[in-house]
Amino acid sequence: MTLREADGEVAVLPRWFPTNQGGLCQKGWTAAELLDHPDRLTTALLRDPASGELRPASWDAALDRIVTGIRTVQANHGRDAVAVFGGGGLTNEKAYALGKFARVVLRTRHIDYNGRFCMSSAAAAGMRAFGVDRGLPFPLADLGTADTLLLVGANPAETMPPLVRWLTEQRRRGGRLIVVDPRVTATARQADLHLQPLPGTDLAVANALLHIALAEGFVDHSYVAGRTTGFDEVRRAVAEWWPARAEALSGVSVADLETTARALGGARRAIILTARGAEQHAKGVDTVTGYVNLALALGLPGRPGSGYGCLTGQGNGQGGREHGQKADQLPGYRRIDNLADREHVAAIWGVPAEEIPGPGVPAYRLLDSLGTPDGPKALLVFGSNPVVSAPRAARIEGRLRDLDLLVVVDFLRSETAALADVVLPTAQWAEEDGTMTNLEGRVLRRRALRTPPPGVRTDLELLAALATALEQGPGRPAGRDRGPALSPEPAVVFEELRAASAGGLADYAGISWERIDAQEGVFWPCPELDRPDTPRLFADRFSTPDGRARFHAVQHRPAAEQVCATYPLHFTTGRVLAQYQSGTQTRRVPALRRAAPAAFIELHPDVADRLGVADGEPVRVRSRRGELIAPARLSSAIRPDTVFAPFHWGGIARANTVTNDAVDPISGMPEFKICAVRVEKVAAT
Amino acid sequence: MTDRIVIIGNGMAGTRLASELSARGGDRKVTAFGTEPHRAYNRIMLSTLLAGAIGEPDVQLAEAAGHGIDLHTGVCVTAIDREDRAVRTDRGDRVHYDHLVLATGSRAVVPPLTGLTGGELPARVVPFRTLDDCRRILAVADRARRVLVLGGGLLGLEAARGLAGRGLEVTVVHPVPYLMERQLDPTAAAVLARTLADLGVTTQLAVPATAVLADSHGVRLELADGRSFDADLLVLACGVRPDTALATAANLAVGRGVLVDDQLRTSDRRISAIGDCAQHGDTLTGLVAPAWAQARVLAQVLSGADPSARYRPRPAVTRLKTAGIDLAAMGDPGDGPGEELTFTDPASGTYARLRINHERLTAAILVGDNPSVGTVIQLFDRGQPVPSDRRSLLLGRALGTGPAEPATTPALMPAAATVCHCNNVDKGTLVESWRRGARTVDEVVAATRAGTGCGSCRDAVAGITDWLSTVESVEVER
Ligand SMILES: Cc1cc2nc3c(=O)[nH]c(=O)nc-3n(C[C@H](O)[C@H](O)[C@H](O)COP(=O)(O)OP(=O)(O)OC[C@H]3O[C@@H](n4cnc5c(N)ncnc54)[C@H](O)[C@@H]3O)c2cc1C
Ligand code: SF4
Repeated sequence: MTLREADGEVAVLPRWFPTNQGGLCQKGWTAAELLDHPDRLTTALLRDPASGELRPASWDAALDRIVTGIRTVQANHGRDAVAVFGGGGLTNEKAYALGKFARVVLRTRHIDYNGRFCMSSAAAAGMRAFGVDRGLPFPLADLGTADTLLLVGANPAETMPPLVRWLTEQRRRGGRLIVVDPRVTATARQADLHLQPLPGTDLAVANALLHIALAEGFVDHSYVAGRTTGFDEVRRAVAEWWPARAEALSGVSVADLETTARALGGARRAIILTARGAEQHAKGVDTVTGYVNLALALGLPGRPGSGYGCLTGQGNGQGGREHGQKADQLPGYRRIDNLADREHVAAIWGVPAEEIPGPGVPAYRLLDSLGTPDGPKALLVFGSNPVVSAPRAARIEGRLRDLDLLVVVDFLRSETAALADVVLPTAQWAEEDGTMTNLEGRVLRRRALRTPPPGVRTDLELLAALATALEQGPGRPAGRDRGPALSPEPAVVFEELRAASAGGLADYAGISWERIDAQEGVFWPCPELDRPDTPRLFADRFSTPDGRARFHAVQHRPAAEQVCATYPLHFTTGRVLAQYQSGTQTRRVPALRRAAPAAFIELHPDVADRLGVADGEPVRVRSRRGELIAPARLSSAIRPDTVFAPFHWGGIARANTVTNDAVDPISGMPEFKICAVRVEKVAAT
Repeated sequence: MTDRIVIIGNGMAGTRLASELSARGGDRKVTAFGTEPHRAYNRIMLSTLLAGAIGEPDVQLAEAAGHGIDLHTGVCVTAIDREDRAVRTDRGDRVHYDHLVLATGSRAVVPPLTGLTGGELPARVVPFRTLDDCRRILAVADRARRVLVLGGGLLGLEAARGLAGRGLEVTVVHPVPYLMERQLDPTAAAVLARTLADLGVTTQLAVPATAVLADSHGVRLELADGRSFDADLLVLACGVRPDTALATAANLAVGRGVLVDDQLRTSDRRISAIGDCAQHGDTLTGLVAPAWAQARVLAQVLSGADPSARYRPRPAVTRLKTAGIDLAAMGDPGDGPGEELTFTDPASGTYARLRINHERLTAAILVGDNPSVGTVIQLFDRGQPVPSDRRSLLLGRALGTGPAEPATTPALMPAAATVCHCNNVDKGTLVESWRRGARTVDEVVAATRAGTGCGSCRDAVAGITDWLSTVESVEVER
């Protein structure tokens, strides 16, 4: 049963709610209503210079404006003055085409994508430990058979309902679910044990767990000796994290830390998963590494039914980062600064390797440089809404306004589209063929269920059209004879992607659409059509040069911004795709709330009490960077020293106006999960 | 800037200072001396080492040696020449400093009992402070059956528990009527003594020891009440005393420890002291957390990163860390103004006593299974206001925010509660479909489309259908 009782009232557990146009990874299964939503864009929009309004325009006029804009900017400021911003929700084909478009047609080094705000810390930690980044190195179904499952900063009950099935299965078999989360989330409520650390202390918790595992003899020394390197330094680093020290810092009791370490260490099959809660910090990579170290010390990765994994977001979170929309990457998870990788891809693209630009900068740095003297002056946005999803969003909004040319490709008039000079209407997932790769590294088909409405083009069609327009006509850049082939056909693009990825870490060479259909998805790496794919990685070796996993000693460090007298509370953000309906709320706020959740600020009743705020009254959350206003939602599920707001909304309810733009030194991940704020009652007017 | 820094002591504080300095870069020359011959180790893990679950490599700490730090282990500093700004070592070297740091820690107190006064301790009598002490204890314990621990404070109890865990018969002798009298009250101490007894540790309270007789076969402890106990090993856990010998000889201001100001300076501004050997205000800290906080402040000052950094003491939290015992104590448990919360469950060995004044925790003693212990420690450490629902301070997660129990019946669900979010179907709609004739899960699903999205609500739909089939005629909406 998924019925739960709380405070004498019963509610069905919250579930996924498909409303995320403003969020990070756009949903694949966009709700049917969205397809025919009255706000759906079916015509290009151009900003009218006289009125300053966005006005409907023809595709030709829109493309013309874009081509002229790009040429002018590149003529005056060089190729890197045009940038591309992609999205984790784009299909593999689109992500691939976008990367190629940037490198071959625009020949700019500036391309990155919103997945940087989502996956990048886990990706970097996975890379440095295992030599490869695949969300789960094992099939999702393994979760169902784990004796102990540790979820760190993950709330799949609200963000990934399909996964809940495996959690239910796991617990039905008598497995233990342990959740680490500063909030009592829907997932935490299902757990056998919930550790509720102060935001930003997950790394201390990880080190303390390894400390206990060592002290109680759970470390698999033969695995450590045979399959890893670097343990000694980690052992000495965690010697500093005796449980009582982590307890004082995190608030997680020694007893709970010990129970967790024992549950992991004593299990035949144990799985550790991290997600945004652990990753979206300026120490995200180190935090994930702390849990990877723990998994390695216990000998989990590569052991059947056990391992470490990272829960990617929705959409194409995994595939979106493999095919070249990341600043430092080429298709197949190849490195743009590696000569052999460049040559391989250049051959497929039919360009000289030296013509492929070098690495660009990570998403936040890119956005923060827009319109500045040294930064890009034109930006093309695909499948992303940075005005809502970037940290310190008010500043980014200003940067976007400073651009000479902003082009947004979307199917709705998003907050970012509202700032654009040109908006191009694009197809939704249900209207396009293609592939996506889920967190298991499993490549899946997406089938077009209908054709796009008249006036709408797919991203691939419009990229092809834009490429052709840029390569033709007067003013075409000199020195190039033939335009690059950018096909509007996803099937053709996929064939090219296969070739480009061949031999790379994420090798798709042996994956065809037919094979995907025949075996319900194919796990990469899959170098050959007639050879098996790879559902489980690391059975014999890791993807590092010497085949061993690498430990990295990591230490807790304080959040970039500390609470103080002026900003005394911790602020954290997250996703809520569900509406938790208690009977009280339903009575007080009629049917309205049933349709769609609205922005809110979650406060502990004690905090509300001190402010004199009642449930539902508007409150203001203020940081050094700006403020957000939304109704208070009182909940004893949150720590009294922390307030929470979901990040889905724009305007005055935009949580990211408040968030800190400190970024992880390795991954470029912004610190979405913690900053210092004060909360005020909004005076009635 | 300070060019040559010399650190005396490679214990918890000295090691930390070296790595804090090394992390801050710069081209100063840092030289550290440690009498102990070992690489840096975590002293507080010696209790765990004694308990036997880990080996010596597991207590090692990361060392800054090689990263701009010149470390000399097994070398003792024998004198400070303040005039010439140099230290002398037992190797006969002379090393100049621009700034000198005393991190000499403390030494185990050897009580003035008959039989212990003549310099060298007998082989079967060992204090508990260093890795070498630990090795000696373990060497004897290997072939021992009975162990006596003199001193029922934190350290004595950790040692006792660890040795009992190795299967030894352990008796703790304590002169005061109750254990850990500096941190606990008599009730808490009684609960603790019972827990210890269950773990194989006997306690003899309120009786001072008078003499020790030891030879190569065994050791006998004589008590003031005329009794005496025989054992194979006697562990001394009678407290520690700051090691101020060098400072005293160099004529620095010394109280119980080396006197320091907020910037950890001694009476000579070129000399600082941190850790167990330092006395800040009236306080000797004797714990790692303040020692590391001092190391950090001093590194900020010496590196120039923050020349005005100041050490602000935080109230100490005592945590007994040993298998089968969960004990936390903070603040002065004596009577004072404000409220008091208590919880006692002798059967389970649980006791909690909290004092609150002006919405802040001023003291707490928690023994046994107290789910709120993490929260209590944080509130005390940070001086944050306590929750208005005081029960949560005693019962923690068990109350309010705890994992909700599955509902026993869907009857209590409001009709408007959404069951299937994919298709936005609420309970009322499911009930309605039943009224219109749907009788199986499939029929309910077909009629309402609940569960046809991702399917995770199928269980709930099935549960509601089951329930409807049993309450058919009852009015089901509320
Ligand atoms: C078994 C045990 C358990 C403990 N548990 C806890 C606990 O749980 N929590 C807690 O907070 N604290 C605990 N403590 C206390 C904690 O270990 C001390 O507070 C801490 O070690 C103080 O650090 P320090 O560097 O000042 O002193 P020390 O760690 O004692 O280091 C001083 C070092 O200086 C060296 N030295 C002294 N004189 C000279 C000289 N002239 N020349 C060269 N070197 C010299 C000594 O040999 C020694 O190595 C425990 C202590 C013990 C023994
Ligand atoms: S069918 Fe459901 S309630 Fe129904 S799931 Fe999908 S998420 Fe949800």
